[in-house]
Amino acid sequence: MGRIARLGEYTLYYLFDLGRMGKFLFFAVRGFFARPFRLVEVFRQVRLIGANSFVVIFFTAAFTGMVLGVQGYYTLRKFGSEGALGSAVALTLIRELGPVLTALMVTGRAGSAMCAEIGIMRNSEQLDALVCMGVDPFRYLISPKVLATLLSVPVLTQIFTVVGIYGGYLSGVMLLGVNPGAYFAGMEQSVLNQDINLGIIKSFVFALIIVWVCAAKGFYVHEIRNAGFGAEGVSRVTTQAVVLSSISVLIWDYLLTALLL
Amino acid sequence: MADEAIIELVDVVKSFGAQRVLDHVNLRIPVGRTTVIAGGSGQGKSVSLKLILGLMRPDSGRILVQGKDITIMKPWELNRMRLGFGVLFQGAALLDSLTVFDNVALPLRERTRLRPAEISDQVFRSLEQFDLRGHEEKYPAQLSGGMKKRVGLARALQLEPKIMLFDEPTTGLDPERTMEIYRLFFDTQKHFGYTSIIVSHDIPKIFNLADQVVLLNQGQIVTFESPEEIQLSAGSATLDFLSKSMGDVYRSSALEGTL
Repeated sequence: MGRIARLGEYTLYYLFDLGRMGKFLFFAVRGFFARPFRLVEVFRQVRLIGANSFVVIFFTAAFTGMVLGVQGYYTLRKFGSEGALGSAVALTLIRELGPVLTALMVTGRAGSAMCAEIGIMRNSEQLDALVCMGVDPFRYLISPKVLATLLSVPVLTQIFTVVGIYGGYLSGVMLLGVNPGAYFAGMEQSVLNQDINLGIIKSFVFALIIVWVCAAKGFYVHEIRNAGFGAEGVSRVTTQAVVLSSISVLIWDYLLTALLL
Repeated sequence: MADEAIIELVDVVKSFGAQRVLDHVNLRIPVGRTTVIAGGSGQGKSVSLKLILGLMRPDSGRILVQGKDITIMKPWELNRMRLGFGVLFQGAALLDSLTVFDNVALPLRERTRLRPAEISDQVFRSLEQFDLRGHEEKYPAQLSGGMKKRVGLARALQLEPKIMLFDEPTTGLDPERTMEIYRLFFDTQKHFGYTSIIVSHDIPKIFNLADQVVLLNQGQIVTFESPEEIQLSAGSATLDFLSKSMGDVYRSSALEGTL
């Protein structure tokens, strides 16, 4: 009986949590259209989430591309197809690694910071203060972050892809001697609009997952089961947000690939 | 005849899990007067404030603000109702990412149609009044506890609220800063004429501000029409309640003869 009661309790809690997350997204999106608009805050968030992630994205992309160049070269050489290196690197980056690694990097750098910031605001009653002043915390705080993430992540993904392709060029062409013409010509022939669209769709979906999970976890830090209180609660919830966001990105990567490819 | 009540809690019950924080509580907050809600830690003082603000809903019972039941209000109605409230939170709850100026200007920018120049004038006047000129470009992290409270009070008063709620206004302040906050309280109440509710365990000093004292203990309350009434209750069954409610604070105050 105890186990059944506990199971029921868990089920109810997770159903409630699901509803709360849905409500969070609804209010956050509704906040885009509520006046007064907070365009300056959106640009500030684009700087924090997007521009400040550039260096991390650049280095991750460059070395991922270089590794792809080396791995691809030695694999393709077995079949005498080194010329297809450009296609292999580009397709891997455009369809998969660009969107996924960008999302994981943004989760680690900006998503965790977002969750901790909102969680601390909750604990120090800053969110209550906004409500008491008659200011909608979703419009004021959450919506600009959602919009900024939706704008930043797709752009960062495209930057990742381009830098990664040149990383592959550096290792495959300049260090291992693949023909530069073949590298780009193969890419031009094999990469279709469909591939680019898939990467763009993924980047938007991943952006939404990151900001939704990370912002909501911080926002509801006081209501999350077993999260604890104060600084400990914020740190636990931030860890949960990063883990949940990363796993969700990987699951949705598979689902979108299976659906759209 | 009793004063008109601006806020009324009618048979309010609030529990967290198995713990019943408020157990069929009835309370009247008279208009234009100062009510001090006192009690030990975890006795439901801050919960009472959150219920009055509509930040929490009671499990049962009604909460009337200016005669309207806020427990059945829609979010937008609650939002409008809250415009009549000003709140000074325990830690002042200043937005970390905003300067002192922007924190004080926030309610004016968000809730009025004043032009930027008018907002600027009003904010600078407030900063002057609260002795904060020269600190307008500082961020909350650069302020002392007392200054944070002053900024919080300045912000709370921007929309000229009818009701001011103070959540532990002097917690963490030294005696000098505490007196400063009390002086500001007297001055601003005289100026704005608001009804105030102060949640505090700063006993017995806080009683100097009170017209009415409410003591909370294990979900029950006892209301005293004046601080003097508490002294008259000594020796009665109320004494036991006082002792339980205030714990060591009450005992030490009683020993010092300050209560």
